[in-house]
Amino acid sequence: MSSAVADYIVRIEGTCGAESDIIVVLKFDKKDQALEKILKKATLKNKIADIIYDLTYGEYSFRFYANGKIIFRGITNKQTLNKILDDLLI
Amino acid sequence: MVDFYENHNANVHRGVHTLSLEATELYEQGRERVANFVNAKESSEIIFVRGTTEAINLVAYSWGLNNLKKNDEILVSLMEHHSNIVPWEITAKIRGFKINYANVTSDGILDVKDFENKINSKTKLVCLSHVSNVTGMVNEIKKLSKIVHDHGAIMLVDGAQSVPHMKVDVQDLNADFLVFSGHKMLGPTGIGVLYGKKELLQNMSPFQGGGEMIKDVVFDPANQRCNISWNMPPWKFEAGTPNICGVVGLTAAIKYLEQVGMDNILAHEQALTKYALNGMKNLGKIMLYGPMNSNKCGIITFGLAELSSHDIALLCDSYGVAIRSGYHCAQPLHQIFQLQSSARASFYLYNTIEEINRFIEVLKEIQTL
Repeated sequence: MSSAVADYIVRIEGTCGAESDIIVVLKFDKKDQALEKILKKATLKNKIADIIYDLTYGEYSFRFYANGKIIFRGITNKQTLNKILDDLLI
Repeated sequence: MVDFYENHNANVHRGVHTLSLEATELYEQGRERVANFVNAKESSEIIFVRGTTEAINLVAYSWGLNNLKKNDEILVSLMEHHSNIVPWEITAKIRGFKINYANVTSDGILDVKDFENKINSKTKLVCLSHVSNVTGMVNEIKKLSKIVHDHGAIMLVDGAQSVPHMKVDVQDLNADFLVFSGHKMLGPTGIGVLYGKKELLQNMSPFQGGGEMIKDVVFDPANQRCNISWNMPPWKFEAGTPNICGVVGLTAAIKYLEQVGMDNILAHEQALTKYALNGMKNLGKIMLYGPMNSNKCGIITFGLAELSSHDIALLCDSYGVAIRSGYHCAQPLHQIFQLQSSARASFYLYNTIEEINRFIEVLKEIQTL
């Protein structure tokens, strides 16, 4: 992950459970800027009351929460996640 | 706790100065209070640890490594929290004893017949949670304890989810060990309790070495070694400076719980659980896991069709409702439920009907997404 992207992120956590989901927690003061960038590059599938955004990027689906959390589904590889984050946030 | 740090902050059992004596008094008063809370025969049966996990590890290493050997068996249930599985798997690898796992039904209820079938003359120890942290199911410890003792084994009860929520009496249950955590009962994190019967504790080796847990450390010049004799329980198991302020906080928490009344707390939680279950049952996409009878504490584990537990938790979080998602450190039970993970709502004495209403409203919104 590039340092520019790392500047958006507080923490990345793998979820507990059999699902290979990853939660990315964004810095509170950067979340709106991150959303703006993501919406330009990812495909918006659904939006609920400006709180929840269902998105896809390539073969990956993810959900952006307006409180600054993103859940990526089906990603087990850290390099893959880093590349997606670089693509979306640079 | 603020009063402790502002006015009585010193180490315990070390100094003769006023602050140290005051700290010691508060610390040992806390031990008395905890002993009374679980109806231990005496306060020396109460050992302060970091939490339930450390308490089970203490038993596994201090009792298990010295009392379990090849050809011995222990019985653990498949509904246990990982903290009541992993220490036994580790020590079983070291000592070569066998672990039997008692089955749990697809409803999340302990299979008592299987439990009985798996106890035999080789069984030395049975480890069982009083209340499941996944389903809230209450195990009939008193009845099971009799079965265990009839076979000549001893019983460790994981009280992490029972002691905060109901009156627990170690003498009535005939528990040989009872473990629980302060942070689940309004106390601070980093403090927990191991209750052990006096005769067991007296014969156990120390868990950790250091100050406080020894009576003498005498250097023998001839052998160039130190000869060490242990302190009496409970101090034999409390090496180093303990979490004194944690004990002060736990004591305050127990005082508060006792003022409210443990029976009142349980009744309140069960009423909230029943109310929530009634509301949740009417949601079209809900899946409820675990027993639905009244013999459960304030825990509801559930899923919503087409949503992962983490999605549910993040969605609830967006509405200001905090729930847990994942395995809840009980992966074997999720294997029985054939679940990848689950969402869990839990209630305590501070929760209200209005909060349950809000929670159900949020679930209603979520299931329409």
